[in-house]
Amino acid sequence: MAYKRQIDRLPIIPADARVQNVTCHYCIVGCGYKAYTWPLKQQGTTDSNWAGVDLSQQQYAETDAWYAPSMYNVVKQGGKDVHLVIKPDVDCEVNLGLGSVRGARMAENRRSDITGTQQQRLTDPLVWRYGTWQPASWDDALDLVARVTARVVDKEDENDLYVSMFDHGGSAGGYENTWGTGKLYFGSMKIKNCRIHNRPAYNSEVHSTRDMGVDELNYAYEDYQLADTIFLVGTNPVECQTNLYLNHMVKGMQNGAKVIVVDPRRTVTVDNSEQVAGAENVLHLAIESGSDLALFNTLFTYIADQGWVDAEFIAASTFQGDVAVAEDAAHPAALGSFEAARDACRLSLADGAAITGLTEAQIVQAAEWIAMPKEDGSRRKTVTGYEKGIIWGNDNYRVIGALVNIGLATGNVGREGGGVCRLGGHQEGYFRPSDAHVGRPAPYIDQLIIGGGGKVHHIWANDHYKTTLNAAEFKRVYNKRSNMVKEAMDARAGATREELVDAIVGAIEAGGIFSVCVDIIHSQIGQAAHVILPAVESGEMNLTSMNGERRLRLVEKYMDGPGSAQPDCIIAARLANHMERVLREEGREEYADQFQGYDWETEEDAFMDGYHTANPEVTYARLKDMGNNGVQEPVTGFADGKLVGTKRLYTDGVFTRHGREDGKALFCMGAWRGLQAPGKAQQKASFRFLINAGRANLNWQNWFLDQKNEFVMDRFPVPFIQIHPEDMAELGLNPGDMVEIYNDVGATQGLVYPEPTARRNETFMIFGAPNGTQGNVINAGTNELILPNYKQTWANIRKISDATPAAARVSYKSWEVEL
Amino acid sequence: MKCNKLVDTGRRQFLRGGVLGAAGVAAGAVLPASQAKAQARAMVDYPSNRLANLADLTLNEPMDITYPDAESPGVLLKLGTRVEGGAGPDGDVVAFSVLCPHKGYNMSYHAADKTLNCPGHFSRFDCEAGGQQVWGHATQNLPQFSLRIDDAGDIFAEGADELIYGRLSNVLES
Repeated sequence: MAYKRQIDRLPIIPADARVQNVTCHYCIVGCGYKAYTWPLKQQGTTDSNWAGVDLSQQQYAETDAWYAPSMYNVVKQGGKDVHLVIKPDVDCEVNLGLGSVRGARMAENRRSDITGTQQQRLTDPLVWRYGTWQPASWDDALDLVARVTARVVDKEDENDLYVSMFDHGGSAGGYENTWGTGKLYFGSMKIKNCRIHNRPAYNSEVHSTRDMGVDELNYAYEDYQLADTIFLVGTNPVECQTNLYLNHMVKGMQNGAKVIVVDPRRTVTVDNSEQVAGAENVLHLAIESGSDLALFNTLFTYIADQGWVDAEFIAASTFQGDVAVAEDAAHPAALGSFEAARDACRLSLADGAAITGLTEAQIVQAAEWIAMPKEDGSRRKTVTGYEKGIIWGNDNYRVIGALVNIGLATGNVGREGGGVCRLGGHQEGYFRPSDAHVGRPAPYIDQLIIGGGGKVHHIWANDHYKTTLNAAEFKRVYNKRSNMVKEAMDARAGATREELVDAIVGAIEAGGIFSVCVDIIHSQIGQAAHVILPAVESGEMNLTSMNGERRLRLVEKYMDGPGSAQPDCIIAARLANHMERVLREEGREEYADQFQGYDWETEEDAFMDGYHTANPEVTYARLKDMGNNGVQEPVTGFADGKLVGTKRLYTDGVFTRHGREDGKALFCMGAWRGLQAPGKAQQKASFRFLINAGRANLNWQNWFLDQKNEFVMDRFPVPFIQIHPEDMAELGLNPGDMVEIYNDVGATQGLVYPEPTARRNETFMIFGAPNGTQGNVINAGTNELILPNYKQTWANIRKISDATPAAARVSYKSWEVEL
Repeated sequence: MKCNKLVDTGRRQFLRGGVLGAAGVAAGAVLPASQAKAQARAMVDYPSNRLANLADLTLNEPMDITYPDAESPGVLLKLGTRVEGGAGPDGDVVAFSVLCPHKGYNMSYHAADKTLNCPGHFSRFDCEAGGQQVWGHATQNLPQFSLRIDDAGDIFAEGADELIYGRLSNVLES
């Protein structure tokens, strides 16, 4: 039987419940929700309640006067137990009351000592003592971290401190927390050896579009409703940006937009789009995995040859001449003018079809839908969305550049119904001192650690064990190196703090690594940590972020954090305080002075110290007034009691992201060159199955909360791997069987899910799962600029066992709706 | 297709608020046997309502029902294969709410793979796996009605295992 909550009745929100603004802390869309809280011993009634409707009557479809059990919990607020309901906001323009299968579980995924949810949340600092983790005070834990860290960094050399730190908004990120960590590591220190939460280096995922002058989030979501064509590349929005799809893209289709989906597999987005728009208005380009660049260059060539370009825009807003930026180690392709890019990227229909596996007719049809002028001669409005399929695919720099080329050539940037934008993962919320000292290409941290680099490692909500490549090797080495320190600590049980620090430093000098993990849960890499510091999430603190159309909002703190957990920005501030104190004790006054300026008591202090300094109009009070519709960045002023924002970028045709004074956009001169990352072509030749990977609707990112959510784990007890039924038959597999996926770099496991629409020898599994990490089988080779290529991975598959009892119970039916 | 149309008819009328009319369209639908009322006790008291007789069921053809009252449309099915939670001599009789727990649209039955499918946002639920959401946007699996079958073959619904869309108490309370 499927998991059932056996809830027959929920407490009714009273009319006087407290109401606060919440932006969903999961994906980049940032749906608006409202948090309702009220005292535990009070409740509304069927005739007196928050909704002002008669709840003794059935409520009908799309009602605002209902909430699911997943939207309810009992949490602490100001030290007292309160009822909590977090339900979608019908007045938020982003989602108009729609909730996704992730966001509508926010309340259920809060820690509660009453209902027992999310007991995995960390409550107090933990320090490795007596052979395991022991609870510790903040001062005790931070003192140890500061003393050990101070032994390996110096004013002139901070290269032995490695830092893994999130750069996202939402969740436990946001402007407050990126500033807290950023000020510490890029302000007080100049840490070079660092990485971001989902990749092994500190770099942009979209260098080329920025170098071309085009910020990757340049439109408004309403552009999907205004477009003639929606062009989706390497993205599956109904599962990964659900309410952007349902509330904006679907409406665009209902307005008559055609849809092009570039993806090697038939995703649910393709099926749902066919339902809405009709199959004749949906073009699925199921290209050979990794051949996107060839497709875009062919489209660009064909569109230009047909003259379906916006000549006026090209002349007025793009670079005129030949090459503006030469190809070099920091620029994997030259950048220049439209004509220069035409020459560099030229690819015939025949060649494009041969490389991508498409027919010439399919490519021509795509070009017509993207760029052919309409019957009245007017320009076709095409909005382009892309994400990990190309960001984490083959030849990152060139492929994104080639896609932006098409948008620029057709004048579809900065115009209504246009935009060339990444669809995104988390929300954004980045405000830090310059990272220029990191360099470009940035250091490949995970490989450096494998090679013995780093003595102290500070980890802020990163879980390399689940979200890196070459993960099997990384885990083996990291466990060994961190165990060296654990053994040294165990050997000095009962020693003084000074003796303990000496023992740790001794182990570090012998090749060990001292690991400090700041997180909301005891993560997988946290199993190797020596000090673990508990953080809070959005809603347990006030937190600001912006969504995929740069919509800035404040999530109000609606509940207490677990135990003594703190916002990351406050943890960073306290760590800075301890660093300053320890350095002064050691007589290193000049270095200690660099750790001043952290007298923050609240997250609002951090916000004012960071983001506010560059955006003086923006304060918490004003953001609160702007509610769940917020304001779209950049904020340009404050008038009539409201923050004034910017609906879409570049409406003036002036491009600035690259920092060029002429304001001219550049085209990317990146020719097709096959599988770019080292080892990929060889792996493809050596192993049978493509192991494509990505996200699924139900599971948020690396499952950090979902791994303790019964509704989720009941559906997929281990990550599925979708395989064609005939491939299953050849391998002797039944639905639900546990298989091993193995190749030259490692192995992982998956649960067999039959997928008749999959192509033979092409599989798909969930990325980042805790109990079947796809990163184990991804080789260490990256694209240039250390951009991981997680997508192009090949391996063999063999059966481990029949379905487990948990796996045998679940449904293996098709995801495609039958109406 | 006949079944889909029936359910679809029910949906349109349901969305207009014509719930009694919707229930009356479907053969075999019955009004509640006893009027549910609020109870000041810990658990909701579900009515025991006769839905149909085993002899009324046709293999893999959905029968429209309502439970626990006329405003809560559902479906009664004889699946033909024994399932966990199935009632009857063959363990294959099941009943579900047909209101999608995501946004409350009335779902239709797809006999070929025994799923309920939502026209609103395309979620789908497996009638052979306790109403598990196969794929979709609802944050719960489909409410399944617990069934009792007496010696005469009369099928009674006596409870639900998830909150039904559109009501904060499965048995409406005044």
